[in-house]
Amino acid sequence: MSQKPTQNTEKTTRRDFLKTIGLTSTTLALGFPSTEILASPVLNLSALPETVELTPYVLIEKTGRITLMNPRPEIGQGTYQSVPALIAEELEVSLDKVIIKQTGGEKKFGEMWSQAVGGSGSIRGGYKQMRKVGASAREMLIKAASDQWNVPVEECFAENATVVHKPSGRKLNYGQLAETAAKLPVPKEPKLKDPTQFKILGKSIPRPDVPPKVTGQAQFGIDAKVPGMVYASIERCPVIGSKLASFDATSAMKVKGVQKVVKVERIVGKNHYEGVAVIADNYWAANKGRKALTVKWDHQKHDTFNTAEYEKQLRELAKNEGVVGHNAGDFDKTFADAPTKLEAFYETPIVSHSTMEPMNATAYYKPDGKVELWLSTQGGDLTKDAVAKALKIPADNVTVHVLFNGGGFGRRLAQDFATEATLLSKTIGKPVKVVWTREDDTRLGPFRPMTFSAMRGALAADGKAVAFQHKVISPSIDATMEEKYDKTKPDGTMLEGTGEQKYEIPNLNTRYVHADMHIPLTYWRSVTSSTVAFAHECFLDEMAHKAGQDSMAFRLSMLTKETDAKRVLAKLKEVSDWDKPLPAGKGRGVAQWEFFAGLAGQVVEVSKNNAGGITVDKVYCVIDLGTVVNPDTVKAQVEGAIAMALTAATKDGITFEQGQAKQANFDANRMLRINEMPKVEVHILAEGGPTIKGVGEPGLPPLAPALANAVFAATGKRIRRLPFDLEKV
Amino acid sequence: MAAIKLTINNQSHALDVDPDMPLLWAIRDVVGLTGTKFGCGIAQCGACTVHLAGTPTRSCSIPVSAVAGQKITTIEGISKNGDHPIQKAWIEHQVPQCGYCQSGQIMSAVALLKQTPKPTDEDIDTAMQGNICRCGTYNRIRQAIHTAASEMSTAPKVPKTTPKIGKR
Repeated sequence: MSQKPTQNTEKTTRRDFLKTIGLTSTTLALGFPSTEILASPVLNLSALPETVELTPYVLIEKTGRITLMNPRPEIGQGTYQSVPALIAEELEVSLDKVIIKQTGGEKKFGEMWSQAVGGSGSIRGGYKQMRKVGASAREMLIKAASDQWNVPVEECFAENATVVHKPSGRKLNYGQLAETAAKLPVPKEPKLKDPTQFKILGKSIPRPDVPPKVTGQAQFGIDAKVPGMVYASIERCPVIGSKLASFDATSAMKVKGVQKVVKVERIVGKNHYEGVAVIADNYWAANKGRKALTVKWDHQKHDTFNTAEYEKQLRELAKNEGVVGHNAGDFDKTFADAPTKLEAFYETPIVSHSTMEPMNATAYYKPDGKVELWLSTQGGDLTKDAVAKALKIPADNVTVHVLFNGGGFGRRLAQDFATEATLLSKTIGKPVKVVWTREDDTRLGPFRPMTFSAMRGALAADGKAVAFQHKVISPSIDATMEEKYDKTKPDGTMLEGTGEQKYEIPNLNTRYVHADMHIPLTYWRSVTSSTVAFAHECFLDEMAHKAGQDSMAFRLSMLTKETDAKRVLAKLKEVSDWDKPLPAGKGRGVAQWEFFAGLAGQVVEVSKNNAGGITVDKVYCVIDLGTVVNPDTVKAQVEGAIAMALTAATKDGITFEQGQAKQANFDANRMLRINEMPKVEVHILAEGGPTIKGVGEPGLPPLAPALANAVFAATGKRIRRLPFDLEKV
Repeated sequence: MAAIKLTINNQSHALDVDPDMPLLWAIRDVVGLTGTKFGCGIAQCGACTVHLAGTPTRSCSIPVSAVAGQKITTIEGISKNGDHPIQKAWIEHQVPQCGYCQSGQIMSAVALLKQTPKPTDEDIDTAMQGNICRCGTYNRIRQAIHTAASEMSTAPKVPKTTPKIGKR
């Protein structure tokens, strides 16, 4: 499937997102306009008398204290270490000697999305650019010292936040040099260090956010407290799409601590919803008041929506041809003429993000019309932009404090929680903290969409795969969030990855059949790869079985060219001891997936347990990165991706009845627990080279297909619908 | 309404609150200790775990009136300098990712080791099953508990596993 697509399937919004985050092959402008930033070092002595700003990212105090600005919010993926590490490495400072601060979407740090986390893009997008920031600052400091000593620059070098004159041994620390350094021109192309000289990059350096996270000191969005703050709990209709008809707050107002009950708007993409906010002295009182509300909703006929019926429609729609995404060769003819044909239908569910920290935001719309927010968000710039638009005020009037995120997984890219809190603050004229209950968080979306897949494949007489078709039938993220959506074009987001696999199948065809949906949908860790990879890689397994071939050998036979996918599978075969037979009652399955975020492959080992179910024993993962910044963080991300994928594959998912999500909390929307976590063995391929691949998402897509393929190997039963119950296979 | 007296981390507090208010919100919103987290409100996730007279308890699901006068310990109270063996092991194994559930995980783990100084994997499964971690740090939690147990009994340490970096 290495052929060039005949049609471009990417929509503008998605492509813009990738471009600005620095991820497309054509644009390596990498996140922020570097020349602008590097050309304007500000000696900002008036604002901070003792602090010098070498670049917006590097602040040095005369005492020698150094602050590095981290543009990428910490959502658990390790950017609080890995991104400052890029600057610190080149600046020649130790990470444990610097203060790390989170940026808040300020323009000086770059264009939209450069302060956001998504698409596994923080390192991919910032690897060179953030190093350049550190290297420029280092060269300026060295130049300042050589000028002061009146010696050639070549005789000086930097180490441990100090410039050393090699011949004489004289030293000046960065604090002593910062003020003069800041007046120097900024090197446009600073010399980057040779990777063999790295002290920080490529090493498992402990994360600075871990100690405060084990003492309860780490401040998450939900922990924000500002003077004069009140608390709010908001009643929003669980029948998504309903309009507020009327409400009676008489009983709510009698609850001790309740101050006010007002209407508030929630904006999710193109969708505008109404809610009733109860304002109180503390959150408990707000919740108690909320329970005492009488609210009447006009359901707008959405109270008949249910997923069982919707799924029937998807199966009907599968008969449509759809629009072509990628095409190579002639699928129809090859399929018609082939001696061996297969067809199968795969189904996946809607799922919730369920970050452990429920959505929340603290906002203050001040009397002067300026806004300040304290929150967990996946982008300070995204928050700033969304709030400015919702309130119709200039972005410069919005100050955002990005705190530690108690999970993101894509949910905190949407800014509904931020704009809602700000609109509420404007209405009541006070700073307000809005906290969603778990039930709100689970039931109101935006959710990950389901995708259904109609698969067709053909084998030649010699067992070789000659034709492969993947038709995705699903609602669309973009269609539910954006005003303008063209149903006649293939949806690149919903076809994600289906045309990118490196298998050398000469006749490949991908198609998209759009289904309307009123429920808001959004990005979820690894986006559509989290569902379409299941169909794609399981169906390949069906083809291998039909051809009478081993799953791994079948895949490798279609990877004759030197590709990363081939290397990943070869490594996976080796580390998982693939060719060593397993005892009866056990089985192993394999899958790999390559998509915009990166590439990983997994082998899952399962066994039949005494209770008649399946136990997931072990997962081997090979992740291909090119370059690794923190191997231990990578390992952690893969472990996490596996846990999340296993939850999505084997737990509940979200289903709708009478217009509302049936699952409201963790009792019905169950998450993987410690006793269900398999052993995980992670192998990182990182031999350098120009390409840097993502970390946060690629560990997720291979899990479901590798697991289902392992279940088939152990039991002979094909899993074609997720979620499935491991205890009832 | 008479003030409700609570003893949190050996400090006394007199709170003028609704007796129905769950202990969690009294700790967070009224006393101002925010290390204890809100996750579900129905004792399903364990993010709000505190010790009530040494026993791990879901503070979201117990009214403040029911714990008046009892000794309550939160994440802020298990060590003075963040150096409880469990906390040290959590750092050694770099357990937290987003970190939001970890206060609750640590409170459950501290209580487990008090009750069972050398827990087996099964003991860990039983004691820690009530704490959800959406980031999937479970394998590290398990390793860190074994490490802390060894540390506390000065038995040989469980080696920390490091990721393997393959060369092509």
